[in-house]
Amino acid sequence: MDKESIKDFIAKRVAKELKDGDVVNLGIGLPTLVANYIPKGLDITLQSENGFVGLGPAPEPGKEQKDVVNAGGQPVSIHAGGAFFDSSVSFGIIRGGHVNATILGALQVDEKGNLANWKIPGKMVPGMGGAMDLVVGAKKVIVAMEHTAKGSPKILKQCNLPLTAAGEVNLIITEMGVIEVTGQGLLLKEINPEFSIEEVQKATEAALIISEDLKQMEV
Amino acid sequence: MAKVVSIEEAIAKVHDGMTVMVGGFLGCGNPHKIIDALIEKGVKDLTLICNDTSFPDNGIGKMVVAKQFKKIIVSHIGTNPETGRQMNTGETEVVLVPQGTLAEQVRAGGSGLGGFLTPTGVGTEVEAGKQKIEIDGKTYLLELPLRADVALIAGSKVDKKGNIYYNGATRNFNALMAPAADLVIVEAEELVEVGEIHPNDVMTPGIFVDCIVGGEK
Repeated sequence: MDKESIKDFIAKRVAKELKDGDVVNLGIGLPTLVANYIPKGLDITLQSENGFVGLGPAPEPGKEQKDVVNAGGQPVSIHAGGAFFDSSVSFGIIRGGHVNATILGALQVDEKGNLANWKIPGKMVPGMGGAMDLVVGAKKVIVAMEHTAKGSPKILKQCNLPLTAAGEVNLIITEMGVIEVTGQGLLLKEINPEFSIEEVQKATEAALIISEDLKQMEV
Repeated sequence: MAKVVSIEEAIAKVHDGMTVMVGGFLGCGNPHKIIDALIEKGVKDLTLICNDTSFPDNGIGKMVVAKQFKKIIVSHIGTNPETGRQMNTGETEVVLVPQGTLAEQVRAGGSGLGGFLTPTGVGTEVEAGKQKIEIDGKTYLLELPLRADVALIAGSKVDKKGNIYYNGATRNFNALMAPAADLVIVEAEELVEVGEIHPNDVMTPGIFVDCIVGGEK
């Protein structure tokens, strides 16, 4: 798979985690693609942390509205039935447990469910934006990312970059498989049939527990 | 008391060294005309409280490029490389705060609260130097309120008493900052007569607002 189809593959699999009625926050980048694959018939409300629910797709060129942008500053739309609010309400929604799932990328994630995605000291410090609140507040935290960074594992025994949150990640979805963070460690629940268990383990620094009911990853 | 003044009159009250809150989110809802006037005035050594530092050529990001801040308190600087450059060279002190914590600090500052407890940041470097308090077995950080000398905010429709209606996603930090500063200057996109905004649609009551600028059709 090339880079673009890897991203689409991951986004398609993440979309299957969503349930009818869910309020969902999608991070910038790969997670944004999940919106393209929400199964038909499901009523999913997307939250945008800059202050609304009912986030819709980018408008046609020429129909952008300067006051309706997403948390990345890009022009978007709002569906009928959506609502705008201030940033305090927006984060009350997030911390208050009213977001069913947040989907975001990671620089590193580890076997304790720790997540690092906001800072590489001395190299890149964009800031945490809303990520720290989202990861602590959302009922389910799904990390959607490529399994490795240029061949180096991103799923580690222990994160060594500054954490975004401690012990909050529930599920990791990559092009190689679906991994649940459990009290015992990382449980490989689904595997992409293009890879062997050995290959997935080799690309993962933390030890994987292989589910007795290991399924093929389907999108 | 007449609140409607020229931009020049309003920003004459913004001095070197002040702490300023600026509403908006990546430029959306920034008070753009006030920002341009402050760049022209050249006021400096300000402390900025804002969600982000926008982009180098948009809104509050332009004041970063003009080096008007000695300290910047925001949740995100990734879209403005100049902020990162000034941080790395030590020219400007940058304090990064989780967005929800920043919003609530401003809200607390405007509503007479001595602080609040949030689970955000526990187990990360955000907790450094902060008091941890356990409630029902869960750990929280004590976060303190933020206030400013001046709040510079933007309203889509503002009446002459200072009542504000915000369009779309422009409410963001604007609505929170209006109560949280000693002097509040709102830039109106559209200035209307009292009564033209129905009381049901007022999102920031005019009692918080000191000066109204802009609104020329």
